[in-house]
Amino acid sequence: MQEKPVILEIRDLHARIEDKEILRGINLTVRAGETHAIMGLNGSGKSTLAQVLAGREEYKVTQGEVLYKGENLLDMAPDERAQKGVFLAFQYPVEIPGVNTSYFLRAALNSIRKSRGEEEMDATEFLKLVRQKMGLVELDKSFLSRSINEGFSGGEKKRFEIFQMAVLEPALGILDETDSGLDIDALRVVAQGVNALKSDENAFVVVTHYQRLLNYIVPDFVHILMEGRIVQTGDKQLAIDLDATGYKELQEAAR
Amino acid sequence: MKTIVELDAARDRYVTRHEAFLNNRSEAAWLRQLRVQAIERFAALGFPGTRHEEWKYTDVRPIAAFENSDAPSLNGNTTTEKWALEGAHLLVFVGGKFSPTLSHIGELPAGVTVCSLAEALSRDSEIVQQNLARYASFENEAFPALNTAYFEDGAFIHVPQNLVVETPIHLLFLTPDGAVSQPRNLLLIGDNSQITIVEEYANKNGVGAGFTNSVTEVSAGKNAHLDHYKITTEGAAAFHVGTMQVQQDRDCVFSSHSVTFGGKIVRHQANAIMGGSGIETTLNGLYVGGEDQLIDNHTVMDHAEPHCASHEVYAGVLAGRSHGVFNGKIFVRLDAQKTDAKQSNRTLLLSREAEIDAKPQLEIFADDVKCTHGATIGQLDDDALFYLRARGINEHDARDILTYAFANDILERVQIAPLRERLEKALFEKLQSIR
Repeated sequence: MQEKPVILEIRDLHARIEDKEILRGINLTVRAGETHAIMGLNGSGKSTLAQVLAGREEYKVTQGEVLYKGENLLDMAPDERAQKGVFLAFQYPVEIPGVNTSYFLRAALNSIRKSRGEEEMDATEFLKLVRQKMGLVELDKSFLSRSINEGFSGGEKKRFEIFQMAVLEPALGILDETDSGLDIDALRVVAQGVNALKSDENAFVVVTHYQRLLNYIVPDFVHILMEGRIVQTGDKQLAIDLDATGYKELQEAAR
Repeated sequence: MKTIVELDAARDRYVTRHEAFLNNRSEAAWLRQLRVQAIERFAALGFPGTRHEEWKYTDVRPIAAFENSDAPSLNGNTTTEKWALEGAHLLVFVGGKFSPTLSHIGELPAGVTVCSLAEALSRDSEIVQQNLARYASFENEAFPALNTAYFEDGAFIHVPQNLVVETPIHLLFLTPDGAVSQPRNLLLIGDNSQITIVEEYANKNGVGAGFTNSVTEVSAGKNAHLDHYKITTEGAAAFHVGTMQVQQDRDCVFSSHSVTFGGKIVRHQANAIMGGSGIETTLNGLYVGGEDQLIDNHTVMDHAEPHCASHEVYAGVLAGRSHGVFNGKIFVRLDAQKTDAKQSNRTLLLSREAEIDAKPQLEIFADDVKCTHGATIGQLDDDALFYLRARGINEHDARDILTYAFANDILERVQIAPLRERLEKALFEKLQSIR
């Protein structure tokens, strides 16, 4: 069987914020059609990794490289990354009063299409697409007339992230603790949305605190992140074992 | 010293010419007397220097020195299409004088008067005599004193009690290059009556190199509802000093939205006196400045009676070397218990050289009141910028979207749909021009 093409390749990635080194040599290869879960304690560097991949400027990469479909991802501005198909579902989606969700999403979609030399989508076509995708995450169409994340509940914000991902159809979806704070119903809806988007062409990196999510979004690989390094990699069983034994044992074993 | 000499010379110029101005007009004795009092006050006050606390940040020397050119372009073809508000009654003033040919006043409820102030004065209307200069005091204010001494025309609106004027009244003041215009508006809204008035200042042609010194007096009766808008989009060289004085009686609801995009030096003074209980007053404003524009907003909310609410939101976007001034006074008099006053002033600075002087000023003499104020000054939110960029929107567009949203918060409150749409378009163009 022929191996699927590599979407993301992280080599010896080191990154810091201000004077604090957070990532200390991450290595990770993600191929098309795969879902990778990254687990770890608070402060292990999970969210930093997600932010660095999306291009957050506060984080300085001090060593290593990241290739996205063979191109140097770290050289690209955040908007360029998004245009090429990288999507970060934010852990803390930002409230932007006065910017209408529908206007925003159409601007995003059209700038991505434009960067690919495709025609911009008109309002009618866009509305059709949006209606179809809203069903995926059970969002009400009243969302289209609201301001971005303004007054959304925690669960609505996360569903809105997944909805955006569904509209923009990225090749690499990075979910940064999308499950945190969700009740089981909301979790199911979010997972359903992600599963519906999965294909042989795209890949997902799911950063999470809790094994529970992985019952719904089943990963091909589970990586344990500790002190800025991946200390263990396994299949979905690893997450289940970890849930039973805890990080402490793992931490001791690693020493 | 030089400042004082310049301002005094300008004052003397206006004072000296006043006699000739009066002699050229055949006016009623009461009006003549009023004008003489006004020029005397102006002579005593002079143009305010920057040592004057209320004019600390606004140097009026260029305004004071500005002279009417020999031939301000009052003639020539003018179309008002650009400013059209579908359905509204339109009164156009060119260089401060009413233009019957450009105006069209539709059908109004019986008893309602909408005409030029000059026309009302020519009829020697008693109601004008009783109300003119009754609200806007010129005792201590140089610009209203100057306006009272020299005004020639403006709008006169009188709505007797229990009448609703459904269609907005649009007052459009076009300033020709080279002209000094001093329009005077008198708006009298009776008990239980309702009306919407748009007061708009634009330049007729050129870069708007003119000086407008307007005074708008408003008296709103018991339970009256008045929505007022002041739009200032004069050209890059225009000087504008505008005073609005509002007197409200009990249970009256008054709102005014001031939108300023144009002008080189613009000063708005908006004062509302809540002279009865149960009054609700809103003063909101949006100003967008670029290059070396100076936009100064001074407001006064005067809670003289109990159980009144005032709301005030001013938002400013400043780019280039532009300078904004916001001074918001709230007085809560001894008797004004249960006052609920809210004020907020937000400014977005888009360049290093742009500047804002913001001063909320609360003077509270009653003890059972709720007064809040807040001022924020800053740049665009980095988190919001990153969020938009992370969705593929380039930095340039992301900044535009956020800036527009910040400013549009005020325009969303404009209740007249065609005006709101026109202002949204103007906002978009203004933001493009200053970035």
